Amino acid sequence: MPHTLFDKIWDAHVVRAVAGGLSVLYIDKHLIHEVTSPQAFDELTARGLTLRRPGQMLATADHNVPTRHQDQPIQDPLSRSQVEKLTENCARHGVELYGLGHPYQGIVHVIGPELGVTQPGLTIVCGDSHTSTHGAFGAIAFGIGTSQVAQVMASQCLLLDKPKRMRITVDGELLPGVSAKDVILHVIAQLGTGGATGYFVEYAGSAIRSLSMEGRMTVCNMSIEMGARGGLIAPDATTFEYLHGRPFAPQGEAWDRAVAYWQTLFSDEAAQFDAEHRFEASAIRPMITFGTNPGMGMPLAAHIPAPAAAAEAPSFEKSLRYMGFAAGESLLGKEISHVFIGSCTNSRIEDLRTVAAYVRGKRKAPHVEAIIVPGSKQVEQQAIAEGLDQVLAAAGFELREPGCSACLAMNEDKIPAGAYCVSTSNRNFEGRQGPGARTLLASPLVAAITAVEGRLVDVAEYVLEYANQD
Amino acid sequence: MEKFATLRSGVVPLPIENVDTDQIIPARFLKATTREGFGRNLFADWRYAADGQPKPDFVMNDARYQGHQILLAGQNFGCGSSREHAAWALYDAGFRVVISSYFADIFRGNALNTGLLPLQVTPAELQELFALVAQDAQAELTVDLPSQTLQVPGRPEPMHFELDAYKKECLINGYDDIDFLLSQESAITTFEQQRTWIF
Repeated sequence: MPHTLFDKIWDAHVVRAVAGGLSVLYIDKHLIHEVTSPQAFDELTARGLTLRRPGQMLATADHNVPTRHQDQPIQDPLSRSQVEKLTENCARHGVELYGLGHPYQGIVHVIGPELGVTQPGLTIVCGDSHTSTHGAFGAIAFGIGTSQVAQVMASQCLLLDKPKRMRITVDGELLPGVSAKDVILHVIAQLGTGGATGYFVEYAGSAIRSLSMEGRMTVCNMSIEMGARGGLIAPDATTFEYLHGRPFAPQGEAWDRAVAYWQTLFSDEAAQFDAEHRFEASAIRPMITFGTNPGMGMPLAAHIPAPAAAAEAPSFEKSLRYMGFAAGESLLGKEISHVFIGSCTNSRIEDLRTVAAYVRGKRKAPHVEAIIVPGSKQVEQQAIAEGLDQVLAAAGFELREPGCSACLAMNEDKIPAGAYCVSTSNRNFEGRQGPGARTLLASPLVAAITAVEGRLVDVAEYVLEYANQD
Repeated sequence: MEKFATLRSGVVPLPIENVDTDQIIPARFLKATTREGFGRNLFADWRYAADGQPKPDFVMNDARYQGHQILLAGQNFGCGSSREHAAWALYDAGFRVVISSYFADIFRGNALNTGLLPLQVTPAELQELFALVAQDAQAELTVDLPSQTLQVPGRPEPMHFELDAYKKECLINGYDDIDFLLSQESAITTFEQQRTWIF
């Protein structure tokens, strides 16, 4: 019987099917961070339980950490106590921690892949909805709540119902200046913020295959923004090449066996999906969001649409009111005061290179505050090795230290109330980047151009200039 | 986890779609390392002005709805972040049931693990309930989990809702998944010995 990629991995991890359609699913890798783990550790302690497989866990401090002076004690007492609690818990329970100061520290969804912990065919969970990122390697990866974090700690398993399967195919060639971020913002704008609820998505098609691993991670990362449990992409030569030689990737003979297995991980020709959507790559333009959920996106040069249905109108209007926009309006020329480049969606070396290539020899607009937060220490070190830090500094961008930063504004990196921020992150929810902050999601290239111009522009002409630099 | 079987209560209407978990509990309030106390910051940015004063136009600050334990919300409630703190905040603020026409997957699971019932009705039923509460702010609904019904005043037939049979038993008895998963110990050990894809 033909199987989807998702079914192949899921079925291989079912410990037991339970009456009523639930399965005990085995979890290979469990990633944790400081915000969603402390209550889980406490629950285990309260029940007198121990971690079943601490060796299959990996911890980092990312959500709450400052992006300046990481060599000094954290100023905010609550943030400091949460990070200290993670350190204590990891030490007590034997969990490998890449905390502040460690050369592997960074955003959990950046370090897992760059260390080679994320591999095809695995089940990976984390108390964080953007765990879907790891699906770019052909893994089943999804976010869980803190009660489930405790369950995995105790049993290395979860009790789950199997999601339905959706395939999203993007065929053809992307236009110059159109990136993975634009692809996923386009898809979410079409399907809506709840359009994939109940599904696990496989991304396929020539445009997806042509993406780098960084690009594929950007696409899978935002699966949750249309409600999907996760997203995944069949592993291929691009995947294997990325993983080869990484610290936790298999070596030598084990590598050969791994690749032989990974090559079996694809959806069979006749495999059936519960839902299918197709998109033409050449129809995708550089995107921007105009509302307060990631489904409220449009081509940057378009006009803000009217709500799709009358029933949606009150929420849609509330959203536009928050943003200070009106239906039918063009955003071209809109002054922007803040640019944030970072987050688990777009903070990898490729993203930093894109920004540096565009801003080289230019200068940000005087009124713009532009910060760029690398996804990990390794990304930061690579950027410095390539001289990108100098390029960014000369252009007036502030290169910070790694963390989630202004994506969710748990630390000091907040956008002021009422200010517009073009952000490469994943969520434009009300107040996401600080109370009253107004977020417009976009690609790193659009963010870089906006920082230089100080306003939203039709990027088409700038994209040509950027393409000619290569 | 507290047991839940039946509840008769008034409703707090929140006719907004796609209420994300950043609205339910903004990230800056996630720094606590215990489960308690999140209720005071439930819907913080909708509920309080920048100076901390309650905003009179937000439904939770409306005297007519005080003490009501059922939240009635627009479709796709709980989208966004996986933070279970959202379910804890609702529970801590006194809610025991959230009614919507559909829930984000992770939120639904978190709510069930918290002892908070995510009760899914059809879009038409949701509109009917909003209309009822708009007419009578004190209308009381009766949630009966064993029979999976929602009794609505003035409505001859109760509304029926679906819930996984296992999850229903867990809520009624106050069990959680850890107990069940630990009972699977020998199957898990056998599975670990036989798996082949770790290289």
